[in-house]
Amino acid sequence: MSHDGLSMDRDPAPAPGVPRASEPPGAQPLTDILLRPPARPSRPPAPPPEPERAAVELTIDGVTVTIPAGSTILEACRAQGIDTPTLCYLENLTPVNVCRVCVVEVTGSRVLVPACSRKVEAGMDVKTNSDRVRHSRKMVLEFLGSSVDLSTAPSALGYIERYGADTARYGPADAPSPAGERDRHEAGHHHAPPIDAAQTVEQPVKVDNDLYVRDYSKCILCYKCVEACGEDAQNTFAIAVAGRGFDARISTESAVPLPDSACVYCGNCIGVCPTGALMFKSEHDMRAAGTWDESAQTTTQTICPYCGVGCALDLHVQDNAIVTVTSPLDSSVTDGHLCIKGRFGFQFVQNRGPGPA
Amino acid sequence: MDLHVIGPLASPAERAAVDALLGPPESGWRGGQRDARTEGHVARGGHEARSRRDLLIPVLHAIQSRIGWISQPALNYACRRLTVPPAEAYGVASFYALFATTPRPPIVAHVCDDLACALAGAGDVAADLERSVGPAGEPVDGGETTWLRSPCLGLCERAPAMMVTQAGTNPVTFVAGPVDAVGVERRLEPRTGGSTESGPPPIPQRGQPGLRLLARVDVVDPSSLDDYRAQGGFRALARARRIGPQQVIEEVTASGLVGRGGAAFPTGRKWAAVAAQPAEPHYLVCNADESEPGTFKDRVLMEGDPFAVVEAMAIEALAVGATKAYLYIRGEYPLAEARMLGAIAASGEAGLLGDLDIELRRGAGAYICGEETALFESIEGKRGEPRNKPPFPVEVGLFGKPTAINNVETLINVLDIVGSDDGVAAFKAIGTEASAGPKLFCVSGNVGRPGVYEVDFGTTLRELIDLAGGVSGGLTLKAVLLGGAAGVFVGPDALDVPLTFEATRAIGATLGSGVVMIFDETADMVAALTRIARFFRDESCGQCVPCRVGTVRQEELLARLAAGRANGARDDELVLLREIGQAMRDASICGLGQTASSAIESAFRQPQLVAL
Repeated sequence: MSHDGLSMDRDPAPAPGVPRASEPPGAQPLTDILLRPPARPSRPPAPPPEPERAAVELTIDGVTVTIPAGSTILEACRAQGIDTPTLCYLENLTPVNVCRVCVVEVTGSRVLVPACSRKVEAGMDVKTNSDRVRHSRKMVLEFLGSSVDLSTAPSALGYIERYGADTARYGPADAPSPAGERDRHEAGHHHAPPIDAAQTVEQPVKVDNDLYVRDYSKCILCYKCVEACGEDAQNTFAIAVAGRGFDARISTESAVPLPDSACVYCGNCIGVCPTGALMFKSEHDMRAAGTWDESAQTTTQTICPYCGVGCALDLHVQDNAIVTVTSPLDSSVTDGHLCIKGRFGFQFVQNRGPGPA
Repeated sequence: MDLHVIGPLASPAERAAVDALLGPPESGWRGGQRDARTEGHVARGGHEARSRRDLLIPVLHAIQSRIGWISQPALNYACRRLTVPPAEAYGVASFYALFATTPRPPIVAHVCDDLACALAGAGDVAADLERSVGPAGEPVDGGETTWLRSPCLGLCERAPAMMVTQAGTNPVTFVAGPVDAVGVERRLEPRTGGSTESGPPPIPQRGQPGLRLLARVDVVDPSSLDDYRAQGGFRALARARRIGPQQVIEEVTASGLVGRGGAAFPTGRKWAAVAAQPAEPHYLVCNADESEPGTFKDRVLMEGDPFAVVEAMAIEALAVGATKAYLYIRGEYPLAEARMLGAIAASGEAGLLGDLDIELRRGAGAYICGEETALFESIEGKRGEPRNKPPFPVEVGLFGKPTAINNVETLINVLDIVGSDDGVAAFKAIGTEASAGPKLFCVSGNVGRPGVYEVDFGTTLRELIDLAGGVSGGLTLKAVLLGGAAGVFVGPDALDVPLTFEATRAIGATLGSGVVMIFDETADMVAALTRIARFFRDESCGQCVPCRVGTVRQEELLARLAAGRANGARDDELVLLREIGQAMRDASICGLGQTASSAIESAFRQPQLVAL
């Protein structure tokens, strides 16, 4: 018998109030049967099991691999313990495949393919460490390292070392842009290149509110903050990518300061930023003062005290004071995202006044 | 979504521009008068409110052409009307070169300084303008006018060329060429009516017997449906209806027709794939956004034979099962746009299109939107950022639905193929097995009679150049750029290569979009390479790292070489150039990045071409 609930041959439901013919009449008052609530389950009902995904067989670096259909090449690589670099990829966001550092070679494909978003196919022959792959990864890292300040992006610095990227061979960094200048670049309007220097996105940090700073000198344009602000998490759409080409940048409408924008200060953009371009003001200030010391920090797992949702919080504490707040990516409640209260509303904890007399 | 709109209110003129397109706002929530008694707390939301996102670019055009630039209040008003977050709308407006998000004078001369125009002296025009008018972009005449440098305007047969946009209640856009600096200044005077000035005939072969694609261009009255029908128009559509979609697809497949936009994908296979998709609706898009420097064939077809484009679209719609079609035309083609609008309207009014609705969408200055998935994004009202493939458009295309997208020239070929019972055989009799049919070439640069030429596939490069009057001034040929900025430079040794997909591929070249640009012995190749590098830097959408930064590094490298200030040994720089090219080719999302180093690298492979 079919269990899809649509089949026509299942037992017809009895009409209300009509006992089944097989039931001895008068065994139990009918009202009891109809009104008695079902037994309370001892635990929440489990979701229906997901249909089992067919397995797909492919080859990765010469090894035959079996993985559920619909997986990405990145997932297949990770299942094999192959460490594939990623910058714009995050488990809780839709892959945008723009950083191109995860590219792999697929036999039969004219160009390299992004592992983070390309689905596995039966018979695929994937190479993750060929000359072409290593070259493209190295060049992408050189391009980023020579144009963006990666000093607070340890993973990117690690990749640069791993792939032997020489970020200095494009010449010394060009002079930083004055505040706001990159925001005014119009699409298609050419700026003659400097002769002896490599252009960068360096510019003054934007500090326009008490909660977080935007240092676009460190922005690799991974689109994660835009996704977290918009469709993938917060649904606020306070920021988007503006401009074009090398002048493309993350921007509020007409590049207005954050307090004038639609920003609700959930800080989910900070949570997903891979380079420290978006940073708690507390962290930014401590770094500026030279007091930021990650090795001296502890992490305390707790639950947000504000509303009834029960978001998981990781409190990062240094010198007995909360310095930043994050939420674990694998939390089933938050998926790593918080709201303004959970992320920034921790001052009351350390409001150490004189206390009761 | 929190539609958070701030700042001052849009001016009456800005609101009028938007309302002229969208109609008056029906409620205060959309920007009209607030009336607490009738509206209370009722807000519009959900899918209905957001379903008009695809009108964002037409609305931005309306503001731009009324005011001359798009202010924050105007953008906010557009956002309210269309339920688009202002940050996203700003991202879209700032993506397109024809939209200004900072104040810009209402009258702007866009002066082309791209490859073909540079060969015709555009550099001098720009230098003269800098002296007589001022630096590009600087407002003059009391803030009423300015001039800007422009990438290729698709007017290469009348180089050096210009386009004027005049904002106002009766906005005017027209093109002119050839022009000098005095001519540019003269055309900055305000005009009341828009008309594109006539130039040299774009079709030197006009009226020659045996032409198939150009047979009616410059012969038929492009504004007259009757004239088009008198010359055989709409017979192919009638036959297509008679034989049915299946047979149309079979004939197009059997003909061996492949796409003429550059990728050379079999047209019949594309149509069959879309027709077979279970998802509904199916869309049809005609890609008329030819922006490859040196390409102007689709403009000539649309200006000269617009009804043929409409008829071919109707045949394709029948074949793939689409009732909604879009014609996406580049924003720099005012005459082609007007004629296509006229032809679409006249065909519809005459009942020739059945249930097919054809909508024209105007691009806004972005080469990248010629890439098919970037074009979809643009129609959907977004930044023209290409999508990763797969999935391919035949499965997931415009609005996420199966979409057949074809170039204008490709479609025109269909008319002869399905126009008669022996159309397939006649088509296959032309050209070669792998490159069947006639082909249009855009011949420009240092050549006697620049223009669009129709020849059979297999014609040699030498024959084509001779047909176009040879190298102008009796000079010697130095190089030919085949396929445009994304193409390949070949030297005189390639003159006898037959112009087919397979033969050009065999010598490491490409036909691309049919560009054949002639550089004579005096041509400044360094300037040409620098211009190509600049073009890709300016036109990269900026989405993926290899192209966004690679095009910048490539341009810097060329600037160093041109200035004689190589960073270390010259050979090291050439190695670096190849390394940059390899990464862009291998790791970029779309064809722009993948071909951004093609022409430049090809020039450096031929030491006699560039002395750098």
